[in-house]
Amino acid sequence: MMNKKESIKTREIVWKTIAYVVITSFGILLIIPFFWAISTSLKPAGQEFTYPPKWIPEPFVWENYRIALTLLPFATFLKNTLIITILATIGSVLTASLAGYAFARLQFPGKNFLFMLCLSTMMLPYVVTLVPTFILFRWLGWVDTLYPLIVPSWFGGGAFFIFLCRQFFMTLPLDYDDAAKIDGANEWYIYSRIIMPLSQPVVITMLIFNFVNHWNDFMGPLVYLHSMEKRTIAIGLRTFLTSMTERSDWNYLMAASVATTIPILVAFFVAQKYFIRGVVMSGLAGR
Amino acid sequence: MSKLPGYKRREAINAYIMLAPWIIGFIAFTAGPMIASIVISFMEWSLLQAPRWIGFENYRFMFKDNLFWVSLYNTIYYTVIGVPLRVIAALCVALAMNLKLRGISVYRTIYYIPSITPAVASSIMWLWIFNPDFGLANALLGYIGIHSRIRWIYDPALSKPSLILMSLWGIGGMMIILLAGLQGIPEQLYEAAELDGAGLWHKFWHITLPMLSPSIFFVTIMQVISSFQVFTQAYVMTRGGPANSTLFMVLYLYQNGFEFFRMGYASSLAWALFMFVLVLTILQFRGSKYWVFYEGELRG
Repeated sequence: MMNKKESIKTREIVWKTIAYVVITSFGILLIIPFFWAISTSLKPAGQEFTYPPKWIPEPFVWENYRIALTLLPFATFLKNTLIITILATIGSVLTASLAGYAFARLQFPGKNFLFMLCLSTMMLPYVVTLVPTFILFRWLGWVDTLYPLIVPSWFGGGAFFIFLCRQFFMTLPLDYDDAAKIDGANEWYIYSRIIMPLSQPVVITMLIFNFVNHWNDFMGPLVYLHSMEKRTIAIGLRTFLTSMTERSDWNYLMAASVATTIPILVAFFVAQKYFIRGVVMSGLAGR
Repeated sequence: MSKLPGYKRREAINAYIMLAPWIIGFIAFTAGPMIASIVISFMEWSLLQAPRWIGFENYRFMFKDNLFWVSLYNTIYYTVIGVPLRVIAALCVALAMNLKLRGISVYRTIYYIPSITPAVASSIMWLWIFNPDFGLANALLGYIGIHSRIRWIYDPALSKPSLILMSLWGIGGMMIILLAGLQGIPEQLYEAAELDGAGLWHKFWHITLPMLSPSIFFVTIMQVISSFQVFTQAYVMTRGGPANSTLFMVLYLYQNGFEFFRMGYASSLAWALFMFVLVLTILQFRGSKYWVFYEGELRG
């Protein structure tokens, strides 16, 4: 007969096994689409049309990736995406951190009102402003240039980033500011020499989110970028799909899809901690 | 402001200068366009000709426009069925990922990863998964003995459920937010309940759920807002078809604005969408006082 301690232990083992089985099966279900895409991307032409499907390609055709990424000028798409990402990110980090600093550590009339206004724009459906913004950029002669996708980032960088900065700056001790003020430092000095050097984590989070947002952005480039040499990765991939559907070369389509997903996955694995921190912070925005 | 002492005045002026980029951006890219959007919604404007004032004609047309009602129905369907499923799924996953199991962080990564897959890439992957003849979805059903040629997104009756199924794949972000909420629940609450002999269900119902309700409320609000703006999947995968069964509001708006160049009608559609989202959000805030529990209220 089992004593009480042993029976609790057995129960725990049984319970944990069930938990592992459940989360593993669902986990496999979530990962299968990736395996499926990778497997298709390496198949020789025609092999994707077998039923039941062949899971391991025979032979592995790595050449598919080279062909898929040169059928359309993906190098140009990459260049455009990187230009947008880098220039927009600089503007966004600079202007959002300035606004976040003012909201977090300075006193001025109308502060609460402006901050609530800023937060409320996070909930605004972007399509409400889409048509007039397009007309504005068209009037400026910026359609089919990268400017409409870069310039807005230099004006506040997005409410979420302002919020992110404000929350982070509020955790830094106010003593630093006070000490600097006694030495005669003004707000600009405190921002640039004390606050920003301490804010590496939030800057890294902003870099990653900017990168992911611009890499994935679809509606913006779709509306503004028309000629082939101006397109970004996301919009280029869509173009690739349109040019492929009649031929149904799913191996090339999967190769291009997998290839354009890899940089995002790399970013995630390199900076997982900052990535998750950003997501968690987005959950605090509503409190 | 002139009443403020000198150093405070200087601080306020610097604050406004630091906020200036955002304030200018807010006026130029948010407030200004919102007002312009109302004005344009009363116009007929193809961008090629000068705009013409037509009063409420766009709204009158919307009321009679069958495709508008179809897109509204599709969007509400996608939201009313999809959001609860996604939130419940994310909650279940978050609860599982909060278990104290060895290697759980690996599982968290696996469950999170699909949500960061670029929308166009995942749309193309799912287009292939939903292929009726050679796709993964039917192949998996085949393995468990269901050999039916389900047409998924190519079947008007199944296209929306298929897109909802696909959206369940990307709940990772919500899962992380809810998981953070779960980890913020003080351990003492559970210990106290255990002393009183509370079981698993009791603890979930009387501690976990109330303590997590602000996070659940937040993700639901954001899900409804983003669900009303569903676009990329429909644009890339189905282009609104088959038989307009995935013609969502933003897709219809996009077509009107940027394919038919009916800027006026597109703007009135944008305002209609905005009103729906606003009313739904207000209703949710109103309803929240019956089920959302804020810890601060007890203390305060």
